[in-house]
Amino acid sequence: MAHSLLELEDLRFAWPGCAQDCLHIDMLRVEAGETVFLHGPSGCGKSTLLSLLAGVLLPQSGRVALGGVHWGDLRAGARDRHRVDQVGYIFQQFNLLPYLSALDNVLLPCRFSTRRREAAARAAGSPQAAAQRWLAGMGLDAAVWRRPAHTLSVGQQQRVAAARALIGQPGLVIADEPTSALDEDRRDVFLDLLLAACAEAGSALVFVSHDRRSAPRFARQIALPAINRAAQGAGEHA
Amino acid sequence: MSRAFLLGLAWRSAWNRRFTLALTVLSIALSTFMLLGVERVRTDLRSSFGAAVSGTDLIVGARTGSVQLLLYSVFHVGAATNNIRWSSVEALEKLRGVAWVVPLSLGDSHRGFPVLGTTAAYFEHFRYGERQPLALREGQRFRDLYEVVIGAELADRLGYQVGQRIALSHGMSEVSLGASHADKPFTISGILARTGTPVDRTAHISLEAMEAIHVDWIAGAPLPGRSIDAEAARALQLQPRSVTAALVGLHNRAAVFSVQRQVNGFGAEPLMSVLPGVALDELWDVVGAGEQALLLMSALVALVSMAGLMSVILAGLNERRRELAVLRAVGAGPWQVLALLALEGMLLTLAGMALGIVALAGAVLAFNPWLQAHFGLTLQLGQITSMQGLLLGGLLLAGWLASLLPGWRAYRLSLVDGLSPRI
Repeated sequence: MAHSLLELEDLRFAWPGCAQDCLHIDMLRVEAGETVFLHGPSGCGKSTLLSLLAGVLLPQSGRVALGGVHWGDLRAGARDRHRVDQVGYIFQQFNLLPYLSALDNVLLPCRFSTRRREAAARAAGSPQAAAQRWLAGMGLDAAVWRRPAHTLSVGQQQRVAAARALIGQPGLVIADEPTSALDEDRRDVFLDLLLAACAEAGSALVFVSHDRRSAPRFARQIALPAINRAAQGAGEHA
Repeated sequence: MSRAFLLGLAWRSAWNRRFTLALTVLSIALSTFMLLGVERVRTDLRSSFGAAVSGTDLIVGARTGSVQLLLYSVFHVGAATNNIRWSSVEALEKLRGVAWVVPLSLGDSHRGFPVLGTTAAYFEHFRYGERQPLALREGQRFRDLYEVVIGAELADRLGYQVGQRIALSHGMSEVSLGASHADKPFTISGILARTGTPVDRTAHISLEAMEAIHVDWIAGAPLPGRSIDAEAARALQLQPRSVTAALVGLHNRAAVFSVQRQVNGFGAEPLMSVLPGVALDELWDVVGAGEQALLLMSALVALVSMAGLMSVILAGLNERRRELAVLRAVGAGPWQVLALLALEGMLLTLAGMALGIVALAGAVLAFNPWLQAHFGLTLQLGQITSMQGLLLGGLLLAGWLASLLPGWRAYRLSLVDGLSPRI
């Protein structure tokens, strides 16, 4: 059987020093190119789950595999390489290195990952051209490409972060509440651009939010408390 | 990814925080300045101490402690308990192997500066520092009975010129207590070039002059009703009856212990002789407590500045948690983050040290004349002592380690934080 992009089986995770499991999930799969909306109240373990998906944290037991590679089978350095090869990440805010230009920020994954650099070069001729294409694709004018990141508005910064997550077309884009700092109009515009860009890149998107108004635009919606057996068993433990 | 990119990233990140970092660099520069400065003073204090006498093989005086003999004969500090007879000086000159004898007669002063009675041989044979002879800045040696050759500092401090007339006073007190030799004034015939030794503070007269001003004195006080004026004194027999000490030079240094034995076993009166180098070392052991204190101070300065460096970098780390998280998220490994921090710490430390060294060089150039005038201390600029090299290496290592600790903390944090730092 062909495996999915992301496979999670029988996962148990507890923070160090914590007797209770934080997450206990029987099964979760994300197919290549799929868009998933993951929601749940604050503190239910959404960010922890994202760190597990990205191989930053390892579960105490169970399996998390990205692109058929089990994170637990890799040493720390190999995990770092696999992550940058396969995952683009967008934070809630403060995504950028303030002293680099928008363009240089977008190019960062190409500096650290040969696979992303080569993929970007294949797609657009050169990593620079790819970065410009994704910046333009996120609706940013050429005028802001060279500006230091700290001079950009929050909305512009989030678009630069999205362009950076997509350059070199990683298999998975993880977005951790990227719209929470934006007002409603900008949130919708950002979401349109992000979904279109992910479709173009062929990247799967796992999008986390506690605000369910955006949920219908995704192929699949998952409520974390519904699949987390640790939350069901222990009541309010997060 | 390339090293050049990492270096560029470190530079741009540092430039972004340039004002905070400038303060760090300044504090490292200050530490370097303090450490090297204290060490410089310590070293040069010792060497200018040792430069006070050289080229003399033996110092001869009445039986006393060797440190005491050195103190009064070379540094003109304190007083001799006993004098040595002139006949003993003459006997010294006749000892086998003795090339020259310079008699020294002390006890008088001019406004707190010591007066030394000696012979023309003093100017021929006395050496200081690296066996440098005395040189006259202006004027000439004393020829007439009532002529005096003064040291550079004495001249500069009191503003004396060649040809000026001065009065000597009895004893060493700065304030004249009436026991003055004002009846026999001296004319300044010459001023010596600066040496950085006690010579600079000394007024030199002939042994005969020393005898002449005391001709109507007995037991440290003028004889009542028996004043002999200056011109009348010239006619008297001015052969000295005793001197305070004598510097002895040998034809061959190898004979020094044999001559020392003969002097120490001298039959006519109890004498002692010391090797200047040995006595200087003994004296340095006595005043060495001060040196230890300076060394301790250096260590404390180093400790405090390293702690400062570490706290500045650690405080900055919290500001940088976001930046490091972003780097981790775009694929920088923990080792690369560690390298970034270590690189920055190393460059900061190097920049601070360079600034400190430049500042010290500037300060030495600017303050040397003043130090020379007030403390007789000349700071060397060029040579780095082995201790200074050690200190510099230690400083660099400590600075680098101080930046590794925050790096290690950043490594831990980036793992604990996951991808989104908890702030």
